[in-house]
Amino acid sequence: MLILTCPYCGIQCDETELAPGGEAHLKREGPGSSDAAFEAYLFERANPMGVHFERWRHANGCGKWFLAVRSTTTLEVYGTYKAQTPEPPAEIVAAIRARVPGWGGRA
Amino acid sequence: MSDAVTALGGARAGGPLATVEEAPLRGMVTLRGDFARVGGAVREAVGLGMPKTRQILTMRDRAVAWMSPDELLLLMPYGKAGAVVTLLEGALEGAHFLAVDVSDARACFRISGSGSGAREVLARLCPADLSPSVFGPGEVRRTRLAQVPAAFWMDDSGDVTLICFRSVARYAFDLLANAAEGDAVGFFPAS
Repeated sequence: MLILTCPYCGIQCDETELAPGGEAHLKREGPGSSDAAFEAYLFERANPMGVHFERWRHANGCGKWFLAVRSTTTLEVYGTYKAQTPEPPAEIVAAIRARVPGWGGRA
Repeated sequence: MSDAVTALGGARAGGPLATVEEAPLRGMVTLRGDFARVGGAVREAVGLGMPKTRQILTMRDRAVAWMSPDELLLLMPYGKAGAVVTLLEGALEGAHFLAVDVSDARACFRISGSGSGAREVLARLCPADLSPSVFGPGEVRRTRLAQVPAAFWMDDSGDVTLICFRSVARYAFDLLANAAEGDAVGFFPAS
């Protein structure tokens, strides 16, 4: 069971209170982009074994989207932050590096 | 004009743990907008200040509850909701906001029990941490009540007021009534 802290209301949410939203920090490829780039945006996901950036919505709570970083193997949560953050904040990256020394960065 | 009635006609059920009762009609207005701008309008409409994160401020029959970083729930007597919306619309003219009378879209229940009875009833249905060190009077908790969203808060006596969508009133009431049956587990220290 995952427990994520909602950065908006500060509640430690049980997974069942949340709705998953897939991989975070995807760059949208809109009209004018190449077919290959649009296909990659639609279908290609990192799917790592280890550190993963995800979108979650506090669906049964404040209703806000937020981002979370967790390990897909151990379910360890490295941190959560607001959805209006284009890149992982420095303190989140530091928290990941402290726990996963060999982490190669976001794929 | 037809008479307004509650969803379950004031249904009531009790068990050793707590009594669950449908509350009478209550005026509710949802206000969404930039919290930096709506404070004055809230004070004008219900006479209360802005709540902090997850806080509910109560004064006699009125209350303001924090629902999300841009949403408040204002509570007032049933017949006053329309007037409150009008006041908000006047005070916030020109700003980007939403004020809606949602009184008839909600069902409201009172859960009262001795000791931590109400806490135990909710703990049987919600994934929320209801220990007294985390959840106490003056705080609003929005969470999941079995399969439906709900919000509740506790007053100083330990009784809980819970609101959910009116369309699931019967489901929510049956859940609460069922959870109020059976003996106390005694997990929570008496608060």
